[in-house]
Amino acid sequence: MSASDEIWILGIHMTKFGKHFDKDLVDLGSEAILGALADAGVTMADIGILAAGNLMGSGGIGQQLQKQVGQTGIPVYNVSNACATGATALRTAIMAVKAGEVDMGLAVGVEKLAGAGLLGGGGSKKSDDNTWEPKGRYGAVASTDGRIGTDTMPGVFAQVGMEYLHNHAYGGAEFELFARISQKNHSHSTLNPLAAYTKEMSLEQIMGDIMIAYPNTRPMCSANCDGASAAVVVNGEKLKTLSLEQQRRAIKISASVLTTDPYQEACQVLPDVNTLTRNAAKQAYEQAGIGPDDLDLVELHDCFATAELVHYDNLMLCDEGGAVDFFESGAPWRDGRLPVNVSGGLQSKGHPISATGIANIWEVCQHVRGEGGPRQIEGAKVGLAHVIGLGSACGIHVLEKSAA
Amino acid sequence: MTSTGTTDTDTTSAGTPPSQVPLVDYLVLGDDPHLLASECTACGARYFDRRNACASCFATEFTKVRIASEGTVRAFTIVAFAAPGVPVPFVSAVIDCDGTSVRGNLINVEPDPDHVHTGMRVRLTTYLLGTDDAGTEAIGFGFEPVEN
Ligand SMILES: [Zn+2]
Repeated sequence: MSASDEIWILGIHMTKFGKHFDKDLVDLGSEAILGALADAGVTMADIGILAAGNLMGSGGIGQQLQKQVGQTGIPVYNVSNACATGATALRTAIMAVKAGEVDMGLAVGVEKLAGAGLLGGGGSKKSDDNTWEPKGRYGAVASTDGRIGTDTMPGVFAQVGMEYLHNHAYGGAEFELFARISQKNHSHSTLNPLAAYTKEMSLEQIMGDIMIAYPNTRPMCSANCDGASAAVVVNGEKLKTLSLEQQRRAIKISASVLTTDPYQEACQVLPDVNTLTRNAAKQAYEQAGIGPDDLDLVELHDCFATAELVHYDNLMLCDEGGAVDFFESGAPWRDGRLPVNVSGGLQSKGHPISATGIANIWEVCQHVRGEGGPRQIEGAKVGLAHVIGLGSACGIHVLEKSAA
Repeated sequence: MTSTGTTDTDTTSAGTPPSQVPLVDYLVLGDDPHLLASECTACGARYFDRRNACASCFATEFTKVRIASEGTVRAFTIVAFAAPGVPVPFVSAVIDCDGTSVRGNLINVEPDPDHVHTGMRVRLTTYLLGTDDAGTEAIGFGFEPVEN
């Protein structure tokens, strides 16, 4: 691989996740961009392309941000890809750099979700006249949410976790198992000042909290909140022309993968979040020339406690079917063999949808740069960041310490 | 679209049953209610929605096939918190009906983890969902436990 084929993160930033009542989307996105540019030691004048992710806003977030941080006439790609939106924005910038159209690109993801409530549920709509009228692709005369299963995210991912336990003949206490996964992430969050929630939670507190969709109680669900993240990417040739300090802090993107779900028997009945994640992981390990055993830490998409379990398996952090054993061994705790979600994960760090993809990468970068502060995983050299959006889309990036 | 006699609104005469519509068009009513899927004639993939082509093999020919009305619960959740207007708690499940996965609620069972578990046998059943101003009944479906 020649230097021009290599892609590096030159600078990266995330805002604090939480409630930002005094800031709008543009404030948060600008903060992330300005932070990433400062971290990279470059300005908007160096940037050849902007990829901007936002899901719940009014559209055109990239141009709105340019009007605050610098209108240089570069192309903007506004992207939207469910919970994989941030990773998709980054991947878009990477593709432009990789294609040789530009030597430096910028990606940003921003969301305001504080107080958004439950996502995914449709609710019943009353028709104008009071007669049954078939509508939509199922010819439904009334809302199917709640009548033919659930459309809510906590419920969908609850079934994903329960299906995994069923398929692998788990005979233990399922509710407690998932609650203990959540306990780990809440414990990790106490070391992350940028997390929305940083409180240790006991098993009793987690299991005794409000039930959302069995077996997921409220602290086992990702927290709706506000936040933004951004990254500057550069090719290897350009990096060589930059300062030694920039080269030293640059992080190599040794894999960048985006997949969607290939057809499987049940995938249009219950979303299949497994196959596309496993496919993305396989591609990522191949691109990076490493295996799961080479990883020093993983940030995976624990949108619900039930989701984290299945992704241990999908990302091949354990033997097939061995996710429960992997967790029970203590491996994914921060002092374990392969720490998972040392940031606190989406359950405590929060999940401002479009910001999540780049924020997971930011966390890994902190550790491989040795800048993780109190929660630094000692000697971390390579890490993996994973996100998944229902629909579905899966983004995986493998990040490696600079050799310089 | 449906053959449930929506043209005749004069159903007040004694002895005439009210007309009925299914909640979704893949639910077939009558003496023997069942679900009907569109099956790809090329690869056998089954779908419940209106199709443009097959997501598995890209073919465009489909036939209607009856889905087994008994099956095994492969996954479930008990939804306690839902969108406004959706009554809770309810049990959402994925049921393996002889190799075809079906989404539905588990009904006629206590919605708690002591009474619901993966691997349980269930069968299709229907219920009255509501009646509109024309007197037409909407019929929904769910799955209930099969007693051993
Ligand atoms: Zn087909």
